[in-house]
Amino acid sequence: MNGPHDLGGQHGLGPIAPEKDEPYFHADWEKRALGITLSCGAFGAWTIDESRHARESLPPATYLAASYYEIWTRALETLLKRHGFVTQAELDVGQMLEKGREPKRVLKADMVAGVLAKGGPCDRPVQTPPRFVVGETVRTKNFHPDTHTRLPRYARAKTGVVEAVQGSFVFPDDNAHGRGENPQWVYTVVFDGGEIWGEGADPTLTVSIDAWESYLERV
Amino acid sequence: MAEHHHGHEDDHGHHEHDNRFTDMEARVKALETVLTEKGLIDPAAIDAIVETYETKVGPRNGARVVAKAWSDADFASWLKRDATAAIASLGFTGRQGEHMRAVFNAPDTHNLVVCTLCSCYPWAVLGLPPVWYKAPPYRSRAVIDPRGVLAEFGLELPAEKKVRVWDSTAELRYIVVPERPDGTEGFGEEELAALVTRDAMIGTGLALSPEAAR
Repeated sequence: MNGPHDLGGQHGLGPIAPEKDEPYFHADWEKRALGITLSCGAFGAWTIDESRHARESLPPATYLAASYYEIWTRALETLLKRHGFVTQAELDVGQMLEKGREPKRVLKADMVAGVLAKGGPCDRPVQTPPRFVVGETVRTKNFHPDTHTRLPRYARAKTGVVEAVQGSFVFPDDNAHGRGENPQWVYTVVFDGGEIWGEGADPTLTVSIDAWESYLERV
Repeated sequence: MAEHHHGHEDDHGHHEHDNRFTDMEARVKALETVLTEKGLIDPAAIDAIVETYETKVGPRNGARVVAKAWSDADFASWLKRDATAAIASLGFTGRQGEHMRAVFNAPDTHNLVVCTLCSCYPWAVLGLPPVWYKAPPYRSRAVIDPRGVLAEFGLELPAEKKVRVWDSTAELRYIVVPERPDGTEGFGEEELAALVTRDAMIGTGLALSPEAAR
């Protein structure tokens, strides 16, 4: 999706402004937003890919003006409504109006350490050997789906070199939309700065992405 | 942000909500209340998550990984080959550290990590990311103007040093192993770890010299 999240190479977004001795949270609501988001993720009702798509689907003006935990919160509201756990009316009044759907699992305090330690590994075996080999020159595809993808716009239709085969992983472009995990090989592909940014690019720069196999074609 | 109104605004005794903090406070409180009433979340679990990331999982985990790599060549080569397993051997596993990759700075190359698409970050070794890592300026510029970005962190690289930017577009999470500072011969792992900053492990900084750490 060519959404507001796909920021690589955009100009005019201002200075970085690192904060000295930055706290983990800048407000108490951010702590709750983190905990609520992770707790609801534990329902098992949606995937990380679907939640990323919910975030990148926010209107660009909202996305770019929001702090990160605000983006998380707004996307979480979308997911909770989409999957039948809450209604907009409930969010409007801030109380339960109907029971709603039951999740597979509710994260209780005594489960937190185990769930966080386990994480959500997304490597999956595939039956076919990798189509590309280390050292091979490849070209990224030129596509502009309005659905989720992890191929950034700046790295489309570019020629680079396969530096590593990283293993096989769940394919987000399908998994975000309920089409299954459909794992594919993932490759680290390295591009020269000049291939991506053209005239005036930093001659010492290389940029790499981790690309699913179906993002790539032979040159 | 004024387009959303919640019943909870009344709790604050007024209806003016023209700053984001107050609006988000109300919004998140409404969400937590609804979910708690439905039995979908456990507020004590939220406390436990927050406590984990405030006190247990943070950049010191990563600093221990780097210090061990500096002092133990076998560990360094394991880290290069299979960072997930090498890091797990120190007990650092879990959410946003499921699949790890370590990249090593060298005299001719400096590594910098970004996620241009969201905020992918190695939570298991660095904890929660800072605001700037998740914000548009860093995400947009790190891939096109890394030297300009580094300059804003006070880091001027020699012109001949190559810059290698890793855009974390899949589920691999990166940790940069900075170069070991001079004058640290004979340092133990603990002393070495004290020189490893969070920014050095993202690539927006270098490891501290022993003098600077004092």
